Formats: sequence, structure tokens, C-alpha cells
Amino acid sequence: MLKIIVCIKQVPETDKVRLDPETHTLIREGVQAIINPFDLYALEAGLRLKEAQGGQVTLLTMGPPQAEAALREALGYGADEARLLSDRAFAGADTWATALTLAQAVRKLGGADLIFTGKQAIDGDTAQVGPMLATILGIPYVAWARKLTWAGDGVLEVERLLDHGYDALRVRLPAVVSVVKEINEPRVPSFKAKMQAKKAVIPTWTLADLELDPHEVGLAGSFTQVVRVFPPPARGESEIWRGDPQELAARLWARLKELGRR
Amino acid sequence: MDYLLTEEQQMLQDLARRIAYEKIKPARARLDEAEEFPWEILKDLAQADLAGTIIPEQYGGLGMGAFENVLLLEALSEGCVGVAVSFAASFLGAYPIMLYGSEEQKQTYLPGIAQGNTLAAFALTEAQAGSDASAIATTAAKDGDAYVLNGTKQWITNAGVADVNVIIALTDKAKGPRGASAFIVHKDDPGVSFGKKERKMGIRASVTREIILEEVRIPKDRLIGREGQGFIITMKTLDLARPGAGAMAIGLAQSALDEAASFAKERHQFGQPIFAIQAVQHMLADMAVRVEASRALVYAVARYIDTDPKDFSKEAAMSKVFATDMAMQVAIDAVQVMGGHGYMRDYPVEKMMRDAKILQIFEGTNQIMRNIIGLALSKEYTKKK
Ligand SMILES: Cc1cc2nc3c(=O)[nH]c(=O)nc-3n(C[C@H](O)[C@H](O)[C@H](O)COP(=O)(O)OP(=O)(O)OC[C@H]3O[C@@H](n4cnc5c(N)ncnc54)[C@H](O)[C@@H]3O)c2cc1C
Ligand SMILES: Cc1cc2nc3c(=O)[nH]c(=O)nc-3n(C[C@H](O)[C@H](O)[C@H](O)COP(=O)(O)OP(=O)(O)OC[C@H]3O[C@@H](n4cnc5c(N)ncnc54)[C@H](O)[C@@H]3O)c2cc1C
Repeated sequence: MLKIIVCIKQVPETDKVRLDPETHTLIREGVQAIINPFDLYALEAGLRLKEAQGGQVTLLTMGPPQAEAALREALGYGADEARLLSDRAFAGADTWATALTLAQAVRKLGGADLIFTGKQAIDGDTAQVGPMLATILGIPYVAWARKLTWAGDGVLEVERLLDHGYDALRVRLPAVVSVVKEINEPRVPSFKAKMQAKKAVIPTWTLADLELDPHEVGLAGSFTQVVRVFPPPARGESEIWRGDPQELAARLWARLKELGRR
Repeated sequence: MDYLLTEEQQMLQDLARRIAYEKIKPARARLDEAEEFPWEILKDLAQADLAGTIIPEQYGGLGMGAFENVLLLEALSEGCVGVAVSFAASFLGAYPIMLYGSEEQKQTYLPGIAQGNTLAAFALTEAQAGSDASAIATTAAKDGDAYVLNGTKQWITNAGVADVNVIIALTDKAKGPRGASAFIVHKDDPGVSFGKKERKMGIRASVTREIILEEVRIPKDRLIGREGQGFIITMKTLDLARPGAGAMAIGLAQSALDEAASFAKERHQFGQPIFAIQAVQHMLADMAVRVEASRALVYAVARYIDTDPKDFSKEAAMSKVFATDMAMQVAIDAVQVMGGHGYMRDYPVEKMMRDAKILQIFEGTNQIMRNIIGLALSKEYTKKK
């Protein structure tokens, strides 16, 4: 019986996100909250492994009370149970404080054989929560899994997607694995699971439940501070030339000389 | 408009719509072009538990009624009627077993259909028996503990992909229509073969083939109900299916209206969006009225069926004829609103126009629907005198 935990994050729908030009914070009003798209692939990976090897899939999220909706939606895909980590003290957490809180919840759940995360969250985009979670738990971390094969005996074979090609490795469980979209095609939710999810009891774990110190979590426990959020400066204009190589080389040389003279 | 759906019905509709928009819409042009059966999408529908929508809960289904079936088929048809027909044909094969099957038959066949592991088909039509179903020539001869079937069924949706085929055959030629019976024939029963895939105008994602039965020997417990019940079973099955055809019509028409209206907002002629041209706007207005009126009728009929009335042939026929004639008109108008763009395969409305046509033909042509309604009216007005 594999104990599988899938970490999901509720994020604003990306194409609708705008930054407040004054405060540089996200304008969240009126923006629909969705499950971080990568996390659906993580969930699918967890469900497939459970179906093949037997086991249980537990969902974990840290967030405001509204994040419960993300858990309920994810239960509709067939996960077995869920925990919401929510407390005012968790607010303003950076990646470390987030990972620390998640790690404590994993311990409270009695540990896990496998913890899946998405490659990154589409809002924070740091891709740090997974590796930090593994670090805090003291177990291996495998990033960017695009294929998993159960090798038996507590060993998982993983292909990691790289820019050019892939890495093949074996990891002994327990481990944290982050997945990329290439790993699978997430299923559609099931009607019966959605009906159950509607009624499911989702325990909320607070600071007290996790027996954490208020200084370790949330803004207080965060090492990083966001000083300013800004879009990267736009790149200069680009031109695309087509033609035969010789002619293009000559043109390029002429242009470089011209630019050099400026 | 708000049709006061329950939370459960809303959830079913949302799930079906999601599959229609995320899975069916992106695939429909390819499936149409390649005349390819939508296996992947049927798997998604099964995964979502929707293959069991109308199957009773004790056989693994959702145990829902005619109204939910209509919501489901409408939503799927917003994506593609070819896909919706392939999916719904399985229900057509399931109804006879649900309504008249033995407990053993139900336990054998319904769970597989509900889980989507088994597809079903319903085979009545033959070369010489279209609207005139009483002209069927396929026979089923009793031979000890078995029946031996011979004949050819024509234009059968899901033939060759369905494992479970309900075949209407004559057990007593002398009795005419009263001599027909319904049988369950497996795809791989010895003596069963299939004709070529028909090349159709529309619903090209669906498969239409002959089922050829040559000395097909099946155990006698494959008879559904009793000998002689074949046409009653057929009529009840089609009565239940017809609001479904109406629902597909609404889904298709709504989708055609959506395409045409959005296009009209973008397309400029004479310095304005064509939406602002009154002649165009009036067409769109008429389309919207027709779609909504059809939806109201189909929903009302489905809800009526769920009150379990004794006879609803007339109402079922009304929902089918009104909505499917509407869909044909709306699809034609959608192409007209879009002009040359509408005629091009780059836009989805030409396919909708091709797909709409079948809805006026199968499950009883719209002329036959009017015959059924006329006959019922005649009876009513005779009584009233
Ligand atoms: C506009 C903005 C302002 C911010 N302001 C601050 C700030 O003031 N101070 C500060 O310290 N930090 C701030 N953050 C960082 C924020 O706390 C991070 O978003 C958060 O810690 C998670 O990191 P990430 O989003 O980069 O996730 P990633 O590390 O990219 O996520 C990888 C995976 O980890 C898992 N995961 C991530 N978060 C969670 C979660 N909450 N619950 C469960 N699983 C999760 C998911 O599986 C996810 O796919 C800000 C971020 C943004 C976008
Ligand atoms: C794509 C497709 C899928 C199909 N799938 C199935 C299936 O799964 N199972 C199955 O059993 N059958 C199936 N059929 C057959 C379908 O039900 C018949 O085509 C339909 O019932 C009409 O029969 P017909 O085509 O022989 O037309 P005909 O009966 O030859 O009719 C021709 C014309 O005459 C009119 N007409 C005939 N009789 C009358 C009358 N008495 N009064 C007024 N008008 C009349 C008809 O309305 C029609 O306009 C399918 C057909 C198609 C094209």
C-alpha cells in the first residue's frame, strides 16, 4: 500500500492576472482561482501509481480558507482524502515557510512513500517548494519527471525532462518528485467522485494542529521579502531575415559595422 | 434561461460541457475529416461515469432519468453530434435490456455498458425495411435450446465496434409485426460479420455498417422479454431515444448560433460589423428564438417522461420533430450569416449543417414523427366527440 501525497496550490487563472501598477501586488479581485495546472499532472501521476500498485492519495494544500475549493475539485478526480493547512499565521509565507508548513503536515500524516508536486506554480513560479520540502524532510528530490516506472522493492525509475534529451535515474522511496506536463494526460473528473467530494469532510490544520512555532511560518518565518515586483525590461526589437546564407552574412556584416560606428 | 436544474443536474451538465469543450471540440474536425471513431473521447466519458448516466445504480450506473439524458446529450452535441451519436447509440442498445431484460441479462450486460467497457447497438433497419419496420426479413428460428439468426441489418450505428447488439428478428413470420422478437447478439458470435463502413454526409465520427447474420446460433436466454415482443420493445426504446435526438439538435443549433453570432461581431462590411445590419440581426434573433423554444419543449417532454406516464409516443415524437427541424434550419442560417466563411471547412458550421440532416432522418424520419403525432391526435379527437 503506497502512501502518496500530492501537493496542490490554488492560483489565479494566469491569463487574467494583472499587477497593480502602484503597489506591485497581484490584483486578485474578480480573477478566478484554479488548481495550479502542473499540479493536475502531479495528481494524475499519483492516481496512476495508486491504480497500478495499490495505495492511497492524500491531497495537501496550504492557503486561505477559499483554497478548500481547490481540494474539493481535486477530490473529484478520485483522490482519497485531503487536508487544508490554513491559519492567519501562515499568511505571507515565502517558499521556505511554505515548504516547512507542508513538511510538518507530511509528518503529521505519518510520512509518505511518495510526494508529488508540480514543476512550478504559475503565479509564484519559483519551483522551490518541492526541493525545499524534500530538504526539510531529509529525503531525495527528483525534478521534472516525464516518465515513472515502478521497479518494485520501493524503487522508482524516473526519466527527467531536460532541455536536450532526458536523464534516467532510480530513486529509493520515500522521495519528492516534481512532474512536467509531458508525463501524462490528466483524466477528466468523475461524476461519482465529484458527488463524494461535495460531501467530503476536509480537515483544516492550523498552526496549533501542526504544533509549529508562529516565528517559523508565514511572513515571520520567511527569509525572502518581496521588495518590488516588476515586469522584466522589454527586449530590443528583433528582425527576422530570410535569404541565402551568403547574402545574409554580407547583410549581417554590413549591419554590424553600421551599429559599431554609432 | 434558467431551467431550475438541481445541483446534481448542474454538475452533470458542467462535466459534460467540459468534455465537449476540452476534448470533443479540439478533435471534431480531425475526426470528421478522417472519418475516425472517437475511442479516446468515449474513454473520457466512461472515466467521468457518464456512460452509466441512464443505467440503474444497482448495475453500476448513475440511475438518472430522461431529463438528465437530455442535458447530457445536448452538452456533448455542442461539441460534435458525430461523437454524441456514437455515445448515445450505446444507450439505444441498453434500453431494451433495461426495460425488458431478465435479471440475469441485466447483470450480465448493464455494468459493462455503465462503465463504458462495453458499447452497445440497436439494429432494426434492413434494406427493405426503413420506415416500414414491419417489412423486416431477418429470422430467428428456435432450435432446441438455441435460436438461429439469419439476415442483414443495414445502417447500424456502432456496428462492428459494439460488443452487444440488440437485433430485431422474426420468430414467427406468419404473425407479421407480432412475430418479431429482440435478441442479444455478441460481436464475436460465430456467423456474425459486418459490412463496409458507410461513407456519410455527416456525423462521420460515428460508424454505420451492416450487421450480417449467417446461421448465428445463440443460446435461448439471449431472447429479450418474450417471443413476439420485438416491436413493443422497439417502440418503447425509440420513444425513450427521441427526446435524446431532440437534445442533440439543441446542442448543435446552440453551437451554430454561437459561431454565427460571434462571427457577425467580428466581420465588418460597409464599415460596420455585420451584426449591426438588421437583416443579419433578425436572422440571429430568429435562430435564438427557435433554439430556446426547442429547448423548452425537449426539456418539458423529458421531465414529463420522468413522471412515468403510460404512453408518451406523441410527446417524444413532438420533441424530436420540432427540435431536429429547427436544428437543420438554424445550421443552414448559421452558414448564411457567415457567408463564404461559413461554407469553408476552416469554420465549423458547414459540418454542423451536414450533421444536422441525420437528425431529421434516423430514429424515425420526421414524416413518421408527424404520422405518430397525427395518429395520437386522431385518437384523442375521436374520444372527445
Ligand atoms: C505577487 C507575489 C507576491 C509574493 N509575496 C511574497 C511575500 O511578500 N513574501 C514572501 O515571502 N513570499 C511571497 N511570495 C511567494 C509565495 O509565497 C510563493 O508563491 C509560495 O511560497 C510558493 O512558491 P511558488 O508559488 O513559487 O511555488 P513553486 O515552488 O513554484 O511550486 C512548486 C510546487 O509546489 C507545490 N506548492 C507550492 N505552493 C504550495 C502550497 N501553498 N500548498 C501546497 N503545495 C504547494 C505545488 O505542487 C507546486 O506545483 C509572493 C509571490 C507572488 C506571486
Ligand atoms: C447514419 C444513420 C444511422 C442509422 N443508425 C441506425 C441504427 O443504429 N439502427 C437502426 O435500426 N437503424 C439505423 N438507421 C436507419 C434509419 O433509422 C432509417 O434510415 C430511417 O428509419 C428511415 O428509413 P429509410 O432510410 O429506409 O427511409 P425510407 O423509409 O425509405 O423513407 C424515404 C422517405 O419516404 C418517407 N416515408 C416513408 N414512409 C412514409 C410514410 N408512411 N409516411 C410519410 N413519409 C414516409 C420518409 O419520411 C423519407 O422521407 C440509421 C440510418 C442512418 C442514415
